[in-house]
Amino acid sequence: MEENQKFTVSVYTENNIGILNRLSAIFLKRHINIESMTVSRSEIDHVHRFTFVVIVTKAQISKVVGQLEKQIEVIRAFYHTEDEIIYHEIALFKISSEHLYNEKIQDKLKFRRAHIIAITERYFVIEASGLKEDIDNMYEKLRPFGLLQFVRSGRIAITRPKMAISELLQEIN
Amino acid sequence: METLKKEVQEQKTSKSKKVTGAEAVIKCLLEEGVDLVYGYPGGAIMPVYDELYKYQDKLHHVLTRHEQGATHAAQGFARVTGKPGIVFATSGPGATNLVTGIADAQIDSTPMVCITGQVASHLLGSDAFQETDIVGISTPVTKWNYQITKASEIPEIIAKAFYIAKSGRPGPVLVDITKDAQFGELEFSYKKCEKIRSYKAVPSMELPKVKEAAALINAAKKPFIVWGQGVIIGEAEQEFKNFIEKTGIPSASTVLGLSALETKHPLNVGMVGMHGNYAPNVLTNECDVLIAIGMRFDDRVTGNLNTYAKQAKVIHFEIDPAEVDKNVKTDVAVLGNVKETLSKIMEYVNSSSHTEWLGEFHKLYQKECEVVINDQLTPTKVGLTMGEVLGQINKETNGDAVIVSDVGQHQMFACRYADFIKTRSNVTSGGLGTMGFALPAAIGAKMGVPNREVIAIIGDGGYQMTIQELGTILQTEAAVKIVVLNNSFLGMVRQWQELFFDKRYASTVMKNPDFVKIAEGYGIEANRVSDRKELAGAIETMIASKSSYFLEVVIEKEDNVFPMIPTGASVSDIRLS
Repeated sequence: MEENQKFTVSVYTENNIGILNRLSAIFLKRHINIESMTVSRSEIDHVHRFTFVVIVTKAQISKVVGQLEKQIEVIRAFYHTEDEIIYHEIALFKISSEHLYNEKIQDKLKFRRAHIIAITERYFVIEASGLKEDIDNMYEKLRPFGLLQFVRSGRIAITRPKMAISELLQEIN
Repeated sequence: METLKKEVQEQKTSKSKKVTGAEAVIKCLLEEGVDLVYGYPGGAIMPVYDELYKYQDKLHHVLTRHEQGATHAAQGFARVTGKPGIVFATSGPGATNLVTGIADAQIDSTPMVCITGQVASHLLGSDAFQETDIVGISTPVTKWNYQITKASEIPEIIAKAFYIAKSGRPGPVLVDITKDAQFGELEFSYKKCEKIRSYKAVPSMELPKVKEAAALINAAKKPFIVWGQGVIIGEAEQEFKNFIEKTGIPSASTVLGLSALETKHPLNVGMVGMHGNYAPNVLTNECDVLIAIGMRFDDRVTGNLNTYAKQAKVIHFEIDPAEVDKNVKTDVAVLGNVKETLSKIMEYVNSSSHTEWLGEFHKLYQKECEVVINDQLTPTKVGLTMGEVLGQINKETNGDAVIVSDVGQHQMFACRYADFIKTRSNVTSGGLGTMGFALPAAIGAKMGVPNREVIAIIGDGGYQMTIQELGTILQTEAAVKIVVLNNSFLGMVRQWQELFFDKRYASTVMKNPDFVKIAEGYGIEANRVSDRKELAGAIETMIASKSSYFLEVVIEKEDNVFPMIPTGASVSDIRLS
């Protein structure tokens, strides 16, 4: 049996209502859990980019991407392994202001991709970005101080290989 | 002069004029050349029906007795004509009743355009009367769908809907139109959709792949073709025939590919799959090159994939890139429209014949005759067989009829025993296996090809799933011939219970009504036969009838369809008994 591994799926679509439903249905139909998902505009006007992270076999992902790409409003879909992408996640930690000047917290903030983005009388907010492990680490370190709220984004990724969507669109038009 | 005329005409068609959204819907359909719609009215689609009333001389509406019936009728129409079937339904239950037919059309690649009414846009999401999220519900089973909330969107979206439904690998689309968009006004002008930037209908043919495929075919000692509905959808019947006749390759069909090549063609070696013919199934595992044309390696075709044609190089002619390597790993994938790729490959393949190899098919066919076929066509037992009914129909029609079958044992008998001499003559629910498909599909098929004989072959179970469509026959006088093969069982499930569940007949025994009286109640001439001596005469009378006709044939109760590949078994382990 082929091993499961983590894949990052990038899907370039038209910006229309209902696309998310159509794409997620393809994962649902195959009983695949979506580990994380991010949607945003892309480098091309009016073209949106979905980034899914899933843990499946290579055979499964190539079929899923074929089905994703087949959807009318999908321009192109790609899948990449961990070493083919540069990726990040972002996380926000809300902590009670009593800990603001705690040296231990200040220590944690020495991690180069963490900083305070808001301070109020009652709480302050730390933003951290990095690999999943970096965020996990930060989470473990900050948890002892009592997290009032914690939220992390899905993965966003830039691929090392070229995806050539603009060229593709030009070719079609 | 011609160009001038054309220009004037173009100006006429593109000249805008204010119309309501509802009228725009009708005008769009007329622009697309539609003259027949199946449907069922209701609150949220009433503005469209009101316009339909005004346009009834141009656009004929068939009132089915259930929205599911409308979808299957549209499918029947689409399958025999190649044109998209059109369905109207209201919001809520009207829309949800379409889902089975849409799913059936999706899996069998049938072009269909469904237009549903929706509650007014200001009510969306408020759980208004008859509101349902049909766009959400139909997403996984449509090729595309869209909700229109402004009248001005109607022409562009309907044009897109037709283009998507018909092009490439066809399929069903659904356009949901809010009631306020139907009442709203727009400047009407129509332009047919010819491309969508994110959608490539037909992948480009790659010449090196064609040549690679030809080289494999030319070197093959035991090549074998399995063709599917792609040959019919791609209107490539002639190209396909030229190709097999030049290469001399034995060819077998999937269920949906039937009738693309006449049954009695010397290179036609029958049907593959779970209840297909013995030879093509067994020899799938002996061929050296397997050439799949416009088919998708459904599990009912392949049996156990781990033992399917492992010895063979596989060539796949396919329009849908997502089908390549989905189930069977191919050595050469020839993407594109089969009409184009099959014509192109003719330049590179050698004329050949494979007499000895073809002889192996004939030998195994003889074996199938001795164990299975003779007993079906010329039975010695008392009870009537489904095979002999089909044999008798062949005699009466010479294979010139459209056979519309439902789902179950009778369907497999129809596919196995019906003779076909013309393409688009086999209409059945293949991928989804929708019981209740045949009666409404036969109505649609008859309307699509009114000059052809259309015979629905249905089991006593499936018949009662959409029996209300007899009302549609009564009202439209569609001259459909209905043959119910009645064994008082849900026969296919019973067969599995017999073979795999120690004859525990859980809920498969049917206590049936008097089908003849029911048909007569709908004004349809009807007859019942249970005696072999009366069968030929009864079928002759049915075929001779100029109007619709119902014939119930009482069949041997516990007859089985053989050969059979049990689930999970290899194609070459097909059982003859």
